[in-house]
Amino acid sequence: MEQIQLTGPHGPKPKKTTVSRLGVYLFLFSAAVFFCIPLYVMLITSLKGMPEIRLGELFALPGDPSFAAWVKAWGEACSGVECNGIQTGFWNSVKITIPSVAISIILGSINGYALSFWRFKGSNVLFGLLLFGAFVPFQVVIFPLIIFLREVGLYGSLTGIILIHTIFGMPIMTLLFRNYFSSLPDELFKAARVDGANFWQIFFQIMMPLSIPVTVVAVILQTTGIWNDYLLGLIFAGRENLPMTVQLNNIVATTFGVREYNVNMAATILTALVPLAIYLLSGKYFVRGIAAGAVKG
Amino acid sequence: MEETTATSIKVSTPRRTKRIQISSLLASAPMAIVAIGVFVVCVGYSVMLSFTKSRLFPNFNWVGLDQYERLWGTSRWVVSVENLFLYGILFIAFCLVSGFFMAVFLDQKVRFESGFRTLFLYPYAMSLVVTGLVWQWMMEPSLGVQNVIQRMGWESFEFAPLVDPQYALYGVLIAAVWQSSGLVMALMLAGLRGIDGEIWKAARVDGIPTWRTYLFIVLPMMRPVMITSVVLLAVGVVRVYDLIVAQTGGGPGMSTEMPAKFVIDHITARGNVGLGMAAATMMLLPVLLVIGPWIYREYVRPTKH
Repeated sequence: MEQIQLTGPHGPKPKKTTVSRLGVYLFLFSAAVFFCIPLYVMLITSLKGMPEIRLGELFALPGDPSFAAWVKAWGEACSGVECNGIQTGFWNSVKITIPSVAISIILGSINGYALSFWRFKGSNVLFGLLLFGAFVPFQVVIFPLIIFLREVGLYGSLTGIILIHTIFGMPIMTLLFRNYFSSLPDELFKAARVDGANFWQIFFQIMMPLSIPVTVVAVILQTTGIWNDYLLGLIFAGRENLPMTVQLNNIVATTFGVREYNVNMAATILTALVPLAIYLLSGKYFVRGIAAGAVKG
Repeated sequence: MEETTATSIKVSTPRRTKRIQISSLLASAPMAIVAIGVFVVCVGYSVMLSFTKSRLFPNFNWVGLDQYERLWGTSRWVVSVENLFLYGILFIAFCLVSGFFMAVFLDQKVRFESGFRTLFLYPYAMSLVVTGLVWQWMMEPSLGVQNVIQRMGWESFEFAPLVDPQYALYGVLIAAVWQSSGLVMALMLAGLRGIDGEIWKAARVDGIPTWRTYLFIVLPMMRPVMITSVVLLAVGVVRVYDLIVAQTGGGPGMSTEMPAKFVIDHITARGNVGLGMAAATMMLLPVLLVIGPWIYREYVRPTKH
């Protein structure tokens, strides 16, 4: 309760009461420790050998750090009867994520553009339905989609899972781009119309170059979202294309005799690496992406 | 807006107007197909199946509300719903409180602010499977945190919630709050930064202590941010599946079972589509009742640009 002396962010320089400053830093540091512990544990466990892990010193630094567990996790760890490591899952996730991100962003930006500038009868209703889709629990639509994809022969295929990610990415992508395009001045669009530009010309020549910042946000949002997906990959990707998250869970759940915690943690880090790298590199764009989901236009 | 542009084009080249309209409709086709095909037809189909006797494959032997009766007579479902409520309320409450505190403390012109922010938010970038597995390892009874603390001399220390049906849900809760509270922090911090600096001056002139200013003036002003946070968190709560599968698999016993998992298990391994769809419909109902009117009010009804 010592922080009561502190002033807010926009006031004049805070009168520095050292005790309260200390309290603030104490709080922030303990919170930081809490957030760091799992990452730290994950990392050091993955660098230890099994005998060292069995000593039960969870927080102790590895005596003889080695990447052996990483190598095993990448290339040899078993999920079920197959022992090819998590690399298959990694490449599957790449194959799923790249096209899904690209297609959902292209469609989302076109939708957002059409909804902002080319409204037609019922476009509001369509958008409302789509938005409803952003909140619908997957469980309500998964079964009919399984049936549908089975009918058209795409169930359990790469195309199938890409289609699914495109469908479930569309609401949020459309919302993101609609909000962005709605914030642009109308005159921009009107001037282009007066000059005789058509739907696609305005989109490609004016709107697309303007929407680079929001596209960056969209790429971050979709890449982390699709990379981290478990449920959809599990159900729709099929045995050949299981994404990394599903494989990770299979590897950890596979127990032949001894549980190799170091290998499990190495596999876990490897799976977390891509979104973590995106997060660290993208900085404020990531935060914007989070907020974008719920900001109304 | 549309009218003026339409007429101005019509004067010069009437034919082009038509082509433009068509390409705009064409461009909206994928959206229309998804909006209607998936979020109306598929949802409707699921609801319809909940009134049938479908087992592994859909059929249309109508049984009225039988599946719903069975559903609420199934203890696993009832437990799942209870779990969801307990977990959801605690999860949202903890995330809001800790997120708010982190944001307020970060807003005190501290050093390394961006470093702290990065640390508080990084778990949100990780998948729930990763989150579940890491915490499962840390909560391991014989090698995890419990063991370390006990060896330090605190013999009676207990921190192995996942093996105890009574506390397993709280083990999941810790992992979930760890993963998501940074989200609330980020949203709240943005909200705090948007508050007018004059408020602080006025509060100081009136001699109101800072903590009271935060609690009684700033917090009420952050209502939109709170609503945003609650909506985002609530969507995550209803969908909670990956975390459970990775961390506990629903056990021990049924102690961490959730509705989302109930539905998936029944349409896949258990091959009881009718019952699964009844459960899915029950999940849809609250979403429909809360989100439906909000979407209609905010987006569908207003026709002005």
